[in-house]
Amino acid sequence: MSTNTVSTEPLIEVTGLTKHFPVRAAKGLRSIRSTVQAVNDVSFEIGRGETLGLVGESGSGKTTAGRCILRLIEPSDGSIRFEGREMVGMSRSELRQLRREIQIVFQDPQASLDPRLTVGSAISEPLRIQKVAGNHDDRVAELLSLVGLAPDHAQRFPHEFSGGQRQRIGIARALALNPAFIVLDEPVSALDVSIQAGVINLLQDLQNELSLSFLFIAHDLSVVRHLSKRIAVMYLGRIMEVGPAEEIYTKAAHPYTQALLSAVPEPDPEFEKIRRRIVLEGEVPSPINPPSGCPFRTRCPKAESLCAEQLPELKDRGQGHPVACHFPDVVPVTIWQEAKFERSG
Amino acid sequence: MTESASVTDGVLSLRNLKVSFRTPNGLVQAVRGIDLDVAPGEAVGIVGESGSGKSVSFLATLGLLPRNAQISGSAKVVGTELVGASRRTLNGIRGNKIAMIFQDPLSALNPVHRVGDQIIEMIQAHQSLTKLAAAARAVELLDIVGIPQPDQRARQYPHEFSGGMRQRVMIAMAIANDPDVLIADEPTTALDVTVQAQILEVLDRIRREMQTAIVMITHDLGVIARVADRVQVMYAGRVVERTGVTSLFAHPTHPYTEGLLHSIPRHGLDRLVPIPGSPPNMLRPPSGCAFRPRCSHADERCERDVPELKPMGDAMTACVRVNELYVASKQ
Repeated sequence: MSTNTVSTEPLIEVTGLTKHFPVRAAKGLRSIRSTVQAVNDVSFEIGRGETLGLVGESGSGKTTAGRCILRLIEPSDGSIRFEGREMVGMSRSELRQLRREIQIVFQDPQASLDPRLTVGSAISEPLRIQKVAGNHDDRVAELLSLVGLAPDHAQRFPHEFSGGQRQRIGIARALALNPAFIVLDEPVSALDVSIQAGVINLLQDLQNELSLSFLFIAHDLSVVRHLSKRIAVMYLGRIMEVGPAEEIYTKAAHPYTQALLSAVPEPDPEFEKIRRRIVLEGEVPSPINPPSGCPFRTRCPKAESLCAEQLPELKDRGQGHPVACHFPDVVPVTIWQEAKFERSG
Repeated sequence: MTESASVTDGVLSLRNLKVSFRTPNGLVQAVRGIDLDVAPGEAVGIVGESGSGKSVSFLATLGLLPRNAQISGSAKVVGTELVGASRRTLNGIRGNKIAMIFQDPLSALNPVHRVGDQIIEMIQAHQSLTKLAAAARAVELLDIVGIPQPDQRARQYPHEFSGGMRQRVMIAMAIANDPDVLIADEPTTALDVTVQAQILEVLDRIRREMQTAIVMITHDLGVIARVADRVQVMYAGRVVERTGVTSLFAHPTHPYTEGLLHSIPRHGLDRLVPIPGSPPNMLRPPSGCAFRPRCSHADERCERDVPELKPMGDAMTACVRVNELYVASKQ
């Protein structure tokens, strides 16, 4: 796998991905049909061996976007190309073939493992479904040691394991078919700090050894920064800003990204005392009835009338990376030197 | 804050507090003797992972644990002993001198009563105010915690509030009787970061303006860095390190604290160093130092003796090898 020539063609190419869920919402005592606009016109690419971090708050559509890519949720519109092959509209049998290449790890390892299946049969289930020839027990043992568990754990049941170990089992299952691409949906959020670190390291190692591509979906920005080469920031179903991780952190140009980054408490009391903090008013609007124009304008300190009229396109406006804002402006919010400078200045 | 620290009794003082739960499998030793002093208006952070006993200590203090809990030791709130206290004494103190907010505000609010009425009930439980005066105060409290249109919102029900707004309501109820100390148990864990930032601001403002001491229980070291003056690190039902927030991050003295700091992603860190193993089963905690099975510095002394909190640098540390380790780390 390491013989991959570095091709310019991305492994996954998502264009204009949109997912609207029909719902019945209450209006007084009557219920009316309406639509949750979970994901709106989302486009991104992920190269081989690359990690794209997808961050956003609850309701931003990051999980829906991730599941649409696997077609666990049927997208309403848009295109998803894997190695150049269009996945939207693919038949079930074609899709089953492709699922060897594309896997997912869920947030809650407790809920994603069947309590009645031994760990071994949970991990080998994808092999059975795909009718992979050969000795499944050997493959299970190999996978267990790959994720840092003992091969004889295969006979045990999920309840005999801790949260961190269960997440390793979930990862082993995702690796069973040798995928090229894994969607990681909040894989460490449910874990304690000291356990989280082990799983993060495991993901890094696996990526290096197997040249995997990851879509890393998370709300914890420090974990995302640690693991991702590039980061996309979502708000109310749309990508607000996307770029190289370091650039997003040091040269955030979208007011939402800036507020989000400045809201994350850093484990550094000195910095916390002097840093610039942008505290947003209010909360994320309902995706049933998103604001006109820019979805962030209702909470944006910089919003003007243009923002209500026109949806800002996601494009590079001279910041070095694409930003969906009419008035982008680089404001460093996570940098020590800047914080000190602002305080003395 | 520090001037008042010399007062012998702080607003909250725990002494050798122990909590065990009788279960079908045996006695779970959740808290195994902790001390804590909280001075008026200060912010103390309690850090620990799940099962470290950080929440249980304070639930025990407030008499909020189920019947199968055995509590011993002392927990005084503004001089009044609460361990073994009568229901009457507890009711006089809870919600009045000490209040607590939780991770999940929805389960702490009554779904069939208007938010305003729940605050009024809280006020009238401790103050002899007319319903009208209490109602006016309830609206004022909602305003203090930053809820827009507080007079209208007071007439609404909990389900009409978002998660962040519900947590504000909880804070409004908690501060209704101007308590001396507010226990905040993971108050922002279920919230988005931008909403977390708002709630932390509200808590900080209450501390500054009302001189309410805050005990922040959290697993998030970033939250600790933002809000706490002093920190107690808990592991397996004991305090392993007690120190100022700056020295906690600059010079952690206990191997567990150090391990925690190496486990969190920080800028400029390419590789995390996880703590091996997992926290002990509190049905059968290890002998001696509970951290020893996961500690790379452990030797036979750690197996034998339960380490006591001893001064080390600016901190108090419960590690028998701390002297050698501390010197080694300075070299």
